[in-house]
Amino acid sequence: MAKLRQCAIYGKGGIGKSTTTQNLVAALAESGKKVMIVGCDPKADSTRLILHSKAQTTVMHLAAEAGSVEDLELEDVLSVGYGGVKCVESGGPEPGVGCAGRGVITAINFLEEEGAYDEDLDFVFYDVLGDVVCGGFAMPIRENKAQEIYIVCSGEMMAMYAANNISKGIVKYANSGGVRLAGLICNSRNTDREDELIMALAARLGTTMIHFVPRDNAVQHAEIRRMTVIEYDPKHKQADEYRALANKVVNNTNFVIPTPIEMEELEELLMEFGIMEAEDESIVGKTAAELAAG
Amino acid sequence: MQTVDKIKPCYPLFGDDDYKASLKAKRDLFEEGHGADKVYETFLWTTTKEYQDLNFQREALTVDPAKACQPLGAVLCSLGFEKTLPYVHGSQGCVAYFRSYFNRHFKEPIACVSDSMTEDAAVFGGQKNMFDGLENAKALYKPTMIAVSTTCMAEVIGDDLNAFINNAKKAGHIEQEYPVPFAHTPSFVGSHVTGWDNMMEGILRCFTLNKMEGKVVGSSGKVNVVPGFETYLGNYRVIKRMLGEMDVDYTMLSDPTEVLDTPADGEYRMYAGGTTIAEVEAAPNAATTLLLQPWHLEKTKKFVETTWNHDVPKLNIPMGVDWTDELLMKVSEVTGKPIPDSLAKERGRCMDLISDSHAWLHGKKFAVYGDPDFVLGMVKILLECGAEPTHILAHNGNKRWAKGVQKLLDSSPFGVNGKVYVGNDLWHLRSLCFTDKPDFLIGNSYGKYIQRDTKHKGDEFEVPLIRLGFPIFDRHHLHRMTTMGYEGAMYVVTTLVNAVLEQLDRETLGMGTTDYNFDLVR
Repeated sequence: MAKLRQCAIYGKGGIGKSTTTQNLVAALAESGKKVMIVGCDPKADSTRLILHSKAQTTVMHLAAEAGSVEDLELEDVLSVGYGGVKCVESGGPEPGVGCAGRGVITAINFLEEEGAYDEDLDFVFYDVLGDVVCGGFAMPIRENKAQEIYIVCSGEMMAMYAANNISKGIVKYANSGGVRLAGLICNSRNTDREDELIMALAARLGTTMIHFVPRDNAVQHAEIRRMTVIEYDPKHKQADEYRALANKVVNNTNFVIPTPIEMEELEELLMEFGIMEAEDESIVGKTAAELAAG
Repeated sequence: MQTVDKIKPCYPLFGDDDYKASLKAKRDLFEEGHGADKVYETFLWTTTKEYQDLNFQREALTVDPAKACQPLGAVLCSLGFEKTLPYVHGSQGCVAYFRSYFNRHFKEPIACVSDSMTEDAAVFGGQKNMFDGLENAKALYKPTMIAVSTTCMAEVIGDDLNAFINNAKKAGHIEQEYPVPFAHTPSFVGSHVTGWDNMMEGILRCFTLNKMEGKVVGSSGKVNVVPGFETYLGNYRVIKRMLGEMDVDYTMLSDPTEVLDTPADGEYRMYAGGTTIAEVEAAPNAATTLLLQPWHLEKTKKFVETTWNHDVPKLNIPMGVDWTDELLMKVSEVTGKPIPDSLAKERGRCMDLISDSHAWLHGKKFAVYGDPDFVLGMVKILLECGAEPTHILAHNGNKRWAKGVQKLLDSSPFGVNGKVYVGNDLWHLRSLCFTDKPDFLIGNSYGKYIQRDTKHKGDEFEVPLIRLGFPIFDRHHLHRMTTMGYEGAMYVVTTLVNAVLEQLDRETLGMGTTDYNFDLVR
């Protein structure tokens, strides 16, 4: 048996983490790999394309119903979907109350204690809420959990800020343990020279752009059917893109401690690619009247 | 009035007329309470079956819990290792609570530190506290090991002990090789017994996980003993004595008997006795590992089985004659050492004692509460004496445990009326003591309020408390007694039978009314 590889997927909210993860996982499953997805986001949308469901019933939801996590059994929370992919959603509280981070910790501890990480698995993917806002969302990258982090980003300013920030978070854990940045996945927004930009960013962070996923409506067509492209239209060229990504992940050996960059450096990079204009310091803090008066 | 020359404690001071007047004025002027009639009417209602049914429908409220939180157990576990400082990553108040809790029970100072996380640590994470805390604690108190557990605050914000401790070493706050075993012990999961188990696993992991090379099961000729969350110092001592009499070499994994029982000779000992690091490191070489309280040692068991490859025997807590027999026979089987005459004789004495007293215990009904293993052991002793356990409650017991107790009850005709409660608190038990009155209540000091309440209804309703378990704050020195082994069975039966006899004396000392049975010889 090959050693279990645990991977965490981070990235700015709305960037397409869950869609990318599920298509990647579907491609891995199609090639015969045994995979589990652990959704670490209160929105619980990390497994819907695999399970064809609106939203999987989450660990925290079931625990709240049963009274406590200790009253749950593994089969209550684990569903099997396309390609034998095992799916779990940690879930969490309603917005504005409670602690979603603790929900992630509780759910992952539960999976460990109940033996969800069985010996047959080749991969576990953690699909983590956009911004790592507290220690709970770093749970997947603690010692003996995910060792490889992939960051999904696009050639937009905020997505790149987020990628850099996530790298800062990884450094904290990488210094004491085995967690490493494994690469950037560019989920294209069709901006100019996007691939070059992300490659440049990856180089500054000390890693690589592992794959450029072009934008394609097939993804949306599959998504409204709650399916991955791999399953909905396996012959489509977009499915091949995800297969290529999966293949690169399987063969990836480039795991690094990232070298996050300073804000100025990031801004320079963005200006170089025309994403950001140079700031005109002379107008800062001036009202319209003041500017008119010249 | 009291004067400097004549200081009175609050009882009987508050019974003096001036205090009575002052307290009455406070009630009348400020408290706006209901009249005594209404209060008594409500009290009576809380003793009814109707109230009990409502009480058992409670969902979101615990009244008088019969359990404490995880780090408390982690601290006790850590205290059992040589020159080890228990260190709680989290809020200061929690640690003050652990220290006072033990210190009220053991009447000993308890050395334990916290890294005092405050609001900024809750926002930014507690890594900085841990850096300073480890460095300062080591410099000030010079332990050879710091055992780290956590409070709820650190757990909610998701502090990662493994990363923090490694970072503290990398940053030079403590040396790379300095041992800092750790356990995540969120207070809102499990109870103090879970915390003990987690800390034990953390310590075993720290000293053996990456040092298994060259380890051979059985090569040391020893057996390991894991006591679990054990607060009767006599229990550590009796196990050691019995193994000694059998000429069996052993390692007690966590032995706080010295540090929790230091002599008053003018010297303060922050550390005393305890299991050494070398003993822990060599523990995988033992023939097997005996878990004295298996219901709460699940993580330890798993680690010992999977990492050390020990065949952990299935045993119950060695309380009562039967289960002590089983322990000794298992030790004999594993080590090949016979059970010596001295222990056979002690067993005989225990049997003699039980047969002398059993007539008084026969058919008496007992409610029992406490930690799962202890309660199970008490039920076993009661059944062995022909007494009837009726309400059997473990707040921190699980459904599997309840089934285990039920199986034990089913094995004896005296178990017919026994009912097992898990996840229930002492307010539930209070209801049961009113609606289905046992003759006695067995448990920790907190049961005294049930005794007070039942007596308030009338003498014939009073359920006297027999103090066995943890914590016992209101009687002295019971923590040095023994509840395990034949010796322990003798102590428990002595305690039970004398409680029965004392109660009988109380009931029969009515001059000319009941004293026809106020006998000199019982």
